[in-house]
Amino acid sequence: MNFTRRTALALSTLALASASMLTPGQAEMLDVEKDELKFGFIKLTDMAPLAIAYEKGYFEDEGLFVTLEPQANWKVLLDRVITGELDGAHMLAGQPLAATIGFGTKAHIVTPFSMDLNGNGITVSNEVWELMKPHLEKGPDGKPVHPIKADALKKVVDGFKAQGRPFNMGMVFPVSTHNYELRYWLASGGIHPGYYSPSDVSGQIGADALLSVTPPPQMPATLEAGTIDGYCVGEPWNQAAVFKGIGVPVITDYEIWKNNPEKVFGLTKEFTEENPNTTLALTKALIRAAKWLDENDNANRAEAVEILARSEYVGADAEVIANSMTGTFEYEKGDKRAVPDFNVFYRYYATYPYYSDAVWYLTQMRRWGQIPEAKSDEWFHETAKSVYLPDIYLKAARMLVDEGHVAEADFPWDTDGYRAPTPAADIIDGIAYDGKAPNDYLDSLTIGLKGEEVVGG
Amino acid sequence: MANATDTAPIALSGREKVFSVISKASGWLDALGFSWLVPILRMIAGDSPRAQLAELKRVLLVPLLGILAFLLAWGVLAPKVETSLGAVPGPVEVWEQAGNLWDDHTREREKAAAFYERQDQRNEKLVAAGKEPKFRTYTGKPTYLDQIVTSLLTVGLGFGIATLIAVPLGIGSGLSKTFNGAINPLIQIFKPVSPLAWLPIVTMIISATYATPYDWMPKSLLISAVTVTLCSMWPTLINTALGVASVDKDLMNVGRVLQLPTSRTITRVVLPSALPLIFTGLRLSLGVGWMVLIAAEMLAQNPGLGKFVWDEFQNGSSQSLAKIMVAVLTIGIIGFMLDRLMFALQRAFTFSANR
Repeated sequence: MNFTRRTALALSTLALASASMLTPGQAEMLDVEKDELKFGFIKLTDMAPLAIAYEKGYFEDEGLFVTLEPQANWKVLLDRVITGELDGAHMLAGQPLAATIGFGTKAHIVTPFSMDLNGNGITVSNEVWELMKPHLEKGPDGKPVHPIKADALKKVVDGFKAQGRPFNMGMVFPVSTHNYELRYWLASGGIHPGYYSPSDVSGQIGADALLSVTPPPQMPATLEAGTIDGYCVGEPWNQAAVFKGIGVPVITDYEIWKNNPEKVFGLTKEFTEENPNTTLALTKALIRAAKWLDENDNANRAEAVEILARSEYVGADAEVIANSMTGTFEYEKGDKRAVPDFNVFYRYYATYPYYSDAVWYLTQMRRWGQIPEAKSDEWFHETAKSVYLPDIYLKAARMLVDEGHVAEADFPWDTDGYRAPTPAADIIDGIAYDGKAPNDYLDSLTIGLKGEEVVGG
Repeated sequence: MANATDTAPIALSGREKVFSVISKASGWLDALGFSWLVPILRMIAGDSPRAQLAELKRVLLVPLLGILAFLLAWGVLAPKVETSLGAVPGPVEVWEQAGNLWDDHTREREKAAAFYERQDQRNEKLVAAGKEPKFRTYTGKPTYLDQIVTSLLTVGLGFGIATLIAVPLGIGSGLSKTFNGAINPLIQIFKPVSPLAWLPIVTMIISATYATPYDWMPKSLLISAVTVTLCSMWPTLINTALGVASVDKDLMNVGRVLQLPTSRTITRVVLPSALPLIFTGLRLSLGVGWMVLIAAEMLAQNPGLGKFVWDEFQNGSSQSLAKIMVAVLTIGIIGFMLDRLMFALQRAFTFSANR
């Protein structure tokens, strides 16, 4: 499926034209089983679909009365969804998968809706940046050539080792996208990020860089205090480091793996079974919010930034949020570059819960020892299918198309749930990813567990 | 003419009456922190201005000067400290944010009103279509004022539970040396424990035992309240025990001579004598409870002022520090008012020693 930006634009203008001719029909509201819902989120810009669905009245249109509640950290958020204090939440894509296979708290969590693509960055402290700089290739304008590979960091880490200093980095959660992206990037430069084992869940077995958990909003403060030398986190916390002059973002995840899946909307399996109509209704509201965020080539992003900057949502300064949301990303102070797809909420079928996304997370869990034993390809596919529920998503999308809110062309109606393999050119270490063959993919990676290998210790 | 001579003494006694009312009220005004009103009232009533002005200087001007000096020092020193969130806000910025919070509050209330309007329109349609109308409460964010009310309710509940537990236990341990010996080590062990240590335990136990919360008593409220109870009951307990143990022996003997049953002894003899100390304990407890509550709310992410502070800290915007300072001042002022309230209650319920 070669879906370029231009066709997306053409299609969206077409959709708009048709939408303006057709006034959306007053649809029969779904008979929701539970209409007062509480959803949790973490203060990150990619919670935007939730804020928009609330502020633009999409939840209310579906007959849902939603309370949005910021949570202290990912673990609290997941636990509260499991205990039923929250009906659903903005989750890391790895969380439903890890909970379902029993890494951490065991509970069957499912997702009918992928929230966004990309949106993370890796930031290092000013000191590390100064040490990295001599090893970077410079362009004709004197600025570093992007993407910056971890090879430059390897020299710094080796230098730390020689002095007997540990090299610490922060990530937001053991099963977070950030953890896997940071590990991927480090490993692609030959820095070992450490293994997990059933008896040692620190994830630092044999590590060159010691990774530990810090909640996203505290990343800049922890970096400033010198507890960590760098981190991988979602926005606005990379741009915040630039604004405060305490660190330098070196790479965005868009450059590590183009258009990678990031957050999902997680619910317990029980909830979806007991409240099928509610699940459909909330999926509909979220799809409409995602569309609003991306329509007319991001025309609504400025308003979205204003909404997200309110203290009840992300609460950071509007200009910090605006940086990435409006398609630019500032690396070193003054080095602003255009990254139009830094935050994608709707384009490229971003909201469809692809099995291949789930499989990639599972391969990374296996790669770093969170899944201690080898698993068959079937197991990967089965697990993905028990967590990702595209059927609910397509049903919701079909209703929205019938109501005239979205265009037919916005959804991959005929997909088997696997994206076309990501070509080698779109991934930083040039290793292609095909979701249909997880074990072959694991074998093709350099650092990491393969085949029957287990972590000793 | 006769009328005039008749009215003069009445007018005089009227004036005296006014003064005696002022004198009576002055105790209450003192207790509530309005002692500066007394000289003003006296001047209005026609007392000699000189003496009253000297008094006014002591109780109003000097404290105001102190506050002014603090504000000046704050305003001068604050901009000199640069944090990663910008310079430390001075009094002006903080005042601005207080205004912002008020605007937020009114905006949120307008949004709520709009929501109810939409709901009414929907319900009209539903009724017209012959269906049941649906009434739901608005689900916006709690505003700053809502958070203050939540915190006050929580501390009230926690303090209420603490009083109900601590006063009977205190009376028991004051009356009986055996009982005192039994619970004394427990008091000594639990008294220094921080709220932050109680919180996880309380959370686990309440989550397990209070599985189906009532609407009027959410789990989070109960968890914060019980944490407040565990931290704030000790001063009441210790002071009650002390007050009861130090009741005048003569009074106790009178009770014995009259062969009063224990219950009557407690209500007629022990409690009235011990009340001043019990109230001292309660005042201390309420102070501790209010202080502890903020920490508990912060850690447990339960609604209230503590959560407001934590959320603002997490937001890390250029206004966050000023908003947190607004919260700090609010917490301080409310704590002061609560203390004054207890002091007023103490005055109302206790007999002075010479009675």
